[in-house]
Amino acid sequence: MDEVELKRILWRSRRGLLELDLQLERFVAEVLPTLSDTELALYGDVLLLPDQDFLAYVNGASACPDARLEPMIERIRAAQR
Amino acid sequence: MSVPVRKFDAVIVGAGGAGLRAALQLSEAGLKTAVLSKVFPTRSHTVAAQGGVSASLGNSEPDHWHWHMYDTVKGSDWLGDQDAIEFMCREAPNVVVELEHFGMPFDRNADGSIYQRPFGGHMSNFGEKPVRRACAAADRTGHAMLHALYQRNVRANTQFFVEWMALDLVRDEQGNVQGVVAMEMETSEVYVFQAKATLFATGGAGRIFASSTNAFINTGDGLGMAARAGIPLEDMEFWQFHPTGVAGAGVLITEGVRGEGGILRNSAGERFMERYAPNAKDLASRDVVSRAMVTEINEGRGCGPNKDHVLLDITHLDPEVIKSKLPGIREISIKFANVDPIKAPIPVVPTCHYQMGGIPTNYKGEVIVDEKPVTGFYAAGEVACASVHGANRLGTNSLLDLLVFGKSSGNSMIDFIKTAPKDLPVLAMADVERSLARVERLNQQSNGTQVNDARAAMQATMQKHCGVFRFKDMLAEGVAKILEVEKMVKTIEIADKSKTFNTARLEALELENLIEVAKATMISADARTESRGAHVRDDAEDTPERPNGRDDANWLKHTLWHRDGNQLKYKPVTMKPLSVDTIALKTRSY
Repeated sequence: MDEVELKRILWRSRRGLLELDLQLERFVAEVLPTLSDTELALYGDVLLLPDQDFLAYVNGASACPDARLEPMIERIRAAQR
Repeated sequence: MSVPVRKFDAVIVGAGGAGLRAALQLSEAGLKTAVLSKVFPTRSHTVAAQGGVSASLGNSEPDHWHWHMYDTVKGSDWLGDQDAIEFMCREAPNVVVELEHFGMPFDRNADGSIYQRPFGGHMSNFGEKPVRRACAAADRTGHAMLHALYQRNVRANTQFFVEWMALDLVRDEQGNVQGVVAMEMETSEVYVFQAKATLFATGGAGRIFASSTNAFINTGDGLGMAARAGIPLEDMEFWQFHPTGVAGAGVLITEGVRGEGGILRNSAGERFMERYAPNAKDLASRDVVSRAMVTEINEGRGCGPNKDHVLLDITHLDPEVIKSKLPGIREISIKFANVDPIKAPIPVVPTCHYQMGGIPTNYKGEVIVDEKPVTGFYAAGEVACASVHGANRLGTNSLLDLLVFGKSSGNSMIDFIKTAPKDLPVLAMADVERSLARVERLNQQSNGTQVNDARAAMQATMQKHCGVFRFKDMLAEGVAKILEVEKMVKTIEIADKSKTFNTARLEALELENLIEVAKATMISADARTESRGAHVRDDAEDTPERPNGRDDANWLKHTLWHRDGNQLKYKPVTMKPLSVDTIALKTRSY
């Protein structure tokens, strides 16, 4: 993935909800650099979720209806443990 | 140096509730309106507001805007301006119904009217008994509001500049506002957005504190820009805190945990609330608990390597009770404190939530300096101080503030733009050049301070010296310390000097805004030697003349902090409403 896209994704990991900022902080620092281009693109799609839905999926309060995104949400969840 | 200039009728900085509401007014009036935002509009911090928006619709039981006004004045501990408060409470039903027509999915009664629920501090008949006044969209009121307003703006052809950061205000030699200097994140290119009218709707600066519920984007950019442009900041000593946020993270632990039997302990393991509130103990009121926690920390009985928090202990509860009754709290604690509360206590600390002060405005959203509007400059929402929240904000009045003052500032801008000359004036370059120099210093700085170090020093200083409960000596020390931190900020450097989405540069620019707010807060708090609303000091004694330490004879006035020389000036509180009688001073008790 090109440099611009990667850095754009980094900035877009800043959210409107503190809980998401905190959960993405560790993921971005530790996991993001290890992702393949395909995985990065998938994470880019996850970042398009509305904050309240995104948080509910990461917290496991509700299931993500898009099965394609679910593995990436699981990785974000795992980074926090 | 030549800078590209883009020209509009109106430029709005910030795309949360207030910015979007104002933009809608302007775009629907056919004016060419630009909205700049660091993040996609629907990811503004307004998205975090859950409680609701208040309006005396009276859908469930009798209610009246005059009662709402009384609750707001009382909540403000009489520091709120009664003209602005009357305006807000009278307008509330209109702006809420308008929002409903914009497609806001409010919860509804069986008859189709907006459902209203009770909320702390909402009373009928001038404080007599609770009334249902809060309108909500499940627990996503702010989220739904942003979506409704954003969609409507797209339809009205508002031009969004997403992932742009405003850097500085542009004023001409007479002080008239001409627009802003802004940076496109993708390229780090700097532009001027010139406009007949400029609105700041940039939100609050809760990130000045080590423990804050605010998202990382809440860096007080509008406040920093205003201060650098010579605009004073009003009542910055007033911040709303919650007693128990997870230390180091800021995520709130609900007060229900203490209701289930949670116990606060200091470094010796002592249940210290027994000393401060022998009867209520851990169930004492918010301010009593906050005050006790801070006293324990200040007297050296805090926990952790920095002795900067206390512990909330539920290890004595049956693990099954924790799992069934407090599953969310357990998850928050595991995630953000790395502690399973079944096995070990949760580190907690009083946590900043909301900024009552801001850029001084009137109820029309016009920025007011020396009793006169600053030509072409407007502010609305948490960045502004109208002042409707005074010394403390009534719950659900923050979303109402966004709607009412977003709309009124939009209307004021329309009136002003209509009378302004058709052609924009010649752009004054002095502020533009100062802004470019600020960016250039960052690019050139070496052997300076790391951004993270300076920010951490600022946040620790604010938390320790100017938190939820304040001590005379600590405040005086805090002033000296924050001025030292300011020196660090003046030499912050970034290792990464690349152009595209350079997060390090953006964070450095944000810190230069935060430090202005931190200084304003510390210096204003040090000077105000009374307790009022959310500003509570140990040396403001509770006497018959000064109940709860509130000193109306000397301190019934607004603080105005000026960046130049850190001067403080004061202006009177507007006690006269627009159409009704003054709500007379009374002791504030609930």
